[in-house]
Amino acid sequence: MSGPLLAVREARKRFPVRGTRRWVHAVDGVNFTIEAGECLGLVGESGCGKSTLVRLVARLLEPTAGQILLDGQEIGSVPVTEFARGPLRAAIQMVFQDPADSLNPRFTAFDTIADPLARLGGVKDRRTQAERVAAVADLVRLPDELLGRLPHQLSGGQQQRVGIARAIALSPKLLILDEPTSALDVSVQAVILHLLVELRERLGMTYLFVSHDLNLVRLISDRVLVMYSGVIVESGPAGEVFTHPYHPYTRALISAIPVADPGGRRERIRLIGEPQSPVDPRPTVCRFYGRCPERFDRCLREMPALRAMGTSHEVACHRYEGGSR
Amino acid sequence: MSAPASGAGFALRQALRHGRHLLAENPLSLVAFVMMVSFLGLALLGQWIVPFDPLASDATAQLQAPSRVHWFGTDQVGRDILSRVVVATRLDLAISASAVVLSFAAGSVAGACAGFYGGWLERITSRVVDTIMAFPLFVLAMGIIVAVGTTLTNIIITIAVINFPSYARMARAEVNVRREAGYVEAARLAGNSPGRILALHVYPNCLPPLIVQASMNMGWAMLSVAGLSFIGLGVRPPTPEWGIMVSEGAAFMISGEWWAAFFPGLALMLAVLTFNLLGDALRDLVDPRRRT
Repeated sequence: MSGPLLAVREARKRFPVRGTRRWVHAVDGVNFTIEAGECLGLVGESGCGKSTLVRLVARLLEPTAGQILLDGQEIGSVPVTEFARGPLRAAIQMVFQDPADSLNPRFTAFDTIADPLARLGGVKDRRTQAERVAAVADLVRLPDELLGRLPHQLSGGQQQRVGIARAIALSPKLLILDEPTSALDVSVQAVILHLLVELRERLGMTYLFVSHDLNLVRLISDRVLVMYSGVIVESGPAGEVFTHPYHPYTRALISAIPVADPGGRRERIRLIGEPQSPVDPRPTVCRFYGRCPERFDRCLREMPALRAMGTSHEVACHRYEGGSR
Repeated sequence: MSAPASGAGFALRQALRHGRHLLAENPLSLVAFVMMVSFLGLALLGQWIVPFDPLASDATAQLQAPSRVHWFGTDQVGRDILSRVVVATRLDLAISASAVVLSFAAGSVAGACAGFYGGWLERITSRVVDTIMAFPLFVLAMGIIVAVGTTLTNIIITIAVINFPSYARMARAEVNVRREAGYVEAARLAGNSPGRILALHVYPNCLPPLIVQASMNMGWAMLSVAGLSFIGLGVRPPTPEWGIMVSEGAAFMISGEWWAAFFPGLALMLAVLTFNLLGDALRDLVDPRRRT
């Protein structure tokens, strides 16, 4: 198969604002693809629509508009509850940010891992279940004796291993990692991250890795999407985006990465001004206008579209009209 | 692995160990537990261990003060009050327990569905609850009993109806805060249908506060049963029942024969206290986070 594993076309999601007739445009016309086997990083500040976007892709939310294609097959229009019963449910799984919140407090680790096996994998026989769960627990290095424990009897790292085991129990094609390490201690973060890298190689999974930690994304991703206020402002190979960022927002983000070099002189781009409200934003104004240090009058008249800046690097900014700086 | 790690035996052993731990931690729970077991014992065996027939009157022994023969004294027709108080335990417990189970089941399921599915289901449930709550509950119970007649089934249903709102409201609120929890999204990813998510993932996690509510409510239901009997709308005399006995005995308080109303009243008070204390103990027992 030559096409991408996942293609998202003009995906939009709006939420009504309670008590008014206005809408929050959480995801506003997003396009991207993920090739089989790659790890795509998605970065952006909190509230920029990352979580909404991955929940659209994971088919936990109905998109307002747009297409989501898995292996060329349209899945965005399948209602969420119907998709949950369908054959493709097992192909897209997700690891959540807060392991404590994402595990049912009344389910033992065993029950949690066995749930997708029984529901989607048709493994209902108790003995087969035990074998499969033990095998998956082994993959995520969760000791067998912890399988009978309830979530609150496990440490944060162990909880997240259970969450990962549940997600990979059916060997999904696409694994969405929604800030999988941000709720963990720093020492545990590294261990879980290594585990994820190793699992991807062993099981040949494709990752969509969401984070606001740029160092993590740089470390793990092949390609990066930078999201701001519901739109993608820059995309490209991880190395290139981090060394030659184009968009003013990306440049500001990258200049804010702390580096262990006390003598080095670095210029920190500080963003000032008010961010635009995501409630019914004006469609002709660049989303970054209010905080952009390089804004000019055209940014108020026309929303910039993504433009190619080389083989695979794209940026949405009027400053780079014509493909060069 | 020798046995499936989540076998029923394992869970039971854990629950028992946890129960012992909690009893040691809170001695009042032990008191409540012992009292509840005694009440249950009396309810089950009472009619065989009482010294006198609770219905047999004795014209020669009317309104006798507590003595070595009649520990709690006798009433206006010479019936032994101790025997009547003990035998009444079963009826009072049975009526309130059935009513509580009924309103717990109906209220929690209706409230949980309303909170989970929303829409017209939530609107209907809320309106029903609001309507019931608009009445003074005891007066509503009186009205229903008068309308449908004083049979045992009607008393149970009536008390269940007036308790329905508290369960429905609580279940709805508890489900609402969990509807968007991470484990609900995860359950959806694992291929669970909405009904299954509600039944297996959301509803069980809402149970602890509801069970505490049920235990507290049990005491209140007993008061309602006794209250209805007291005003003549509940169980009919000469059946031994605490409310009736307090009602009949109250007439003799002024003339100094306090025991006819005091002992059934004391039994009622102790039973209500037991279930209130038990509510606190149960909360600790069913909350998985307190399990060590």
